[in-house]
Amino acid sequence: MGEMDWSVVWKYREALWDGMLTSLQLFAIALAGGIFFGTLLALARLARWKALSVPAAGFVNLIRAIPFIMAIFWFYFLTPMIVSKFTGQQGEAVGPFTSAVVAFIMVESAYYSEIIRAGIQSIPRGQPSAAYALGMNYRQSMVHIVLPQAFRNMLPVMLTQAVILFQDTSLVYVVALKDFLGAASKAGQLTGRIVELYLFVAVVFFLVCFAASWAVKRLQARLAVSR
Amino acid sequence: MDWKVLLEQAPSGGMTYLGWLASGLFWTLAVSACAWVIAFAVGSVVGVARTVPLAAARLAATAYVELFRNIPLLVQMFLWYFVMPEVIPKDWGDWLKQDMPNLLTLPFAAQFSLWEFTAAVLCLGLYTASRVAEQVRSGIQSLPRGQTSAGLAMGLTLPQVYRHVTLPMAYRIIIPPMTSEFLTIFKNSSTALTIGVLELTAQSRQISEYTFKTFEAFTAATLIYIAITMTVILAMRALEKRVAVPGYISQGGGH
Repeated sequence: MGEMDWSVVWKYREALWDGMLTSLQLFAIALAGGIFFGTLLALARLARWKALSVPAAGFVNLIRAIPFIMAIFWFYFLTPMIVSKFTGQQGEAVGPFTSAVVAFIMVESAYYSEIIRAGIQSIPRGQPSAAYALGMNYRQSMVHIVLPQAFRNMLPVMLTQAVILFQDTSLVYVVALKDFLGAASKAGQLTGRIVELYLFVAVVFFLVCFAASWAVKRLQARLAVSR
Repeated sequence: MDWKVLLEQAPSGGMTYLGWLASGLFWTLAVSACAWVIAFAVGSVVGVARTVPLAAARLAATAYVELFRNIPLLVQMFLWYFVMPEVIPKDWGDWLKQDMPNLLTLPFAAQFSLWEFTAAVLCLGLYTASRVAEQVRSGIQSLPRGQTSAGLAMGLTLPQVYRHVTLPMAYRIIIPPMTSEFLTIFKNSSTALTIGVLELTAQSRQISEYTFKTFEAFTAATLIYIAITMTVILAMRALEKRVAVPGYISQGGGH
């Protein structure tokens, strides 16, 4: 076992921090987009109108059947093509980061739609019925009665999924985007110190995710008491 | 669309591009199956350890689950493949990296060595074991406490209670979540492409790079993934029906 030289982490701190910022950016956009489109997908799947529910179910099942990396490759390939078709621009109209963002929003919206669908279905039928009886329409009963309760019920699961999403951002490595892991990998190639850098990445991910999972568990316990 | 491209001769391996996909599928299944054996065995031990009345065992098992669950799979893949050979004694590390047999002689000629395959299997297996352990634990804890007590009251030892009472019930209850764990390992095996294992996703990307028929190559791989997923779900539903405990778990499928 060779000597460890941890100074390399300090030497490349700026590149690593930039990588972490890319990871966090991707995480935040994918989380917001995933929950937003996931809610729409869940509502579409629960709609009585088949023209809405069947394609939504098809999309969700398709995304869930293929590996995350395969989905990244797909959207990496499709996004620039579709964008240039709409804008008429050729070639580099869309950068790699945008393609990665689209891929993550699409995949996460499929995962989140399943969580949200389960949350909506956990609300007793009497609740929307009562809302209708009070004269609310579908939109009002969803926005004011069903969704607030559903989101509260599924909050712990959604946060757990967020921790998984943060870990999954490392998969953009496959399209050579410089996220946290990508930055460490690059620094490792330049210095030959991959052992220290990969261990550092592992420790950082572990600390962040362990603390976040622990906080989610605490929250879950508190929600359970107050119900 | 030009689907005939898949029947053209590929530049290596002495087969068509369709052959490359078949080879990729073979390695996807091989990695998944070997990793599943580890995940199931280690996951069962860790899951049981989290439920036994022995604080040290519970603590060790909890530490295992937290450690493997909170580091991204891709980072773990790099730790096994790049870091592990460097931190063990130098001779062993060199042996792993250089002297492990090349897999060219095996069916569906692969261009990577046994070390890439082993690292991928170890990584996926031990990672998924932490998830399997959680399923096993929740299966055991979902059983009424009276079952263990009754077993002990009848004079069985604790290992006997697990062997004859708790586990036979728990494993049946967790068939549906275990099915999705298996599908997860199957999908996660694509992560192995980052360390050079030419599995299905890697092959489809390689075909796209050689032929520029990206749409066709990705569609073919996607269809194969869907076909396998459907097969596993149907097979596990059949198994679930066969081993259902009368009057206990939802019978006749549908969960």
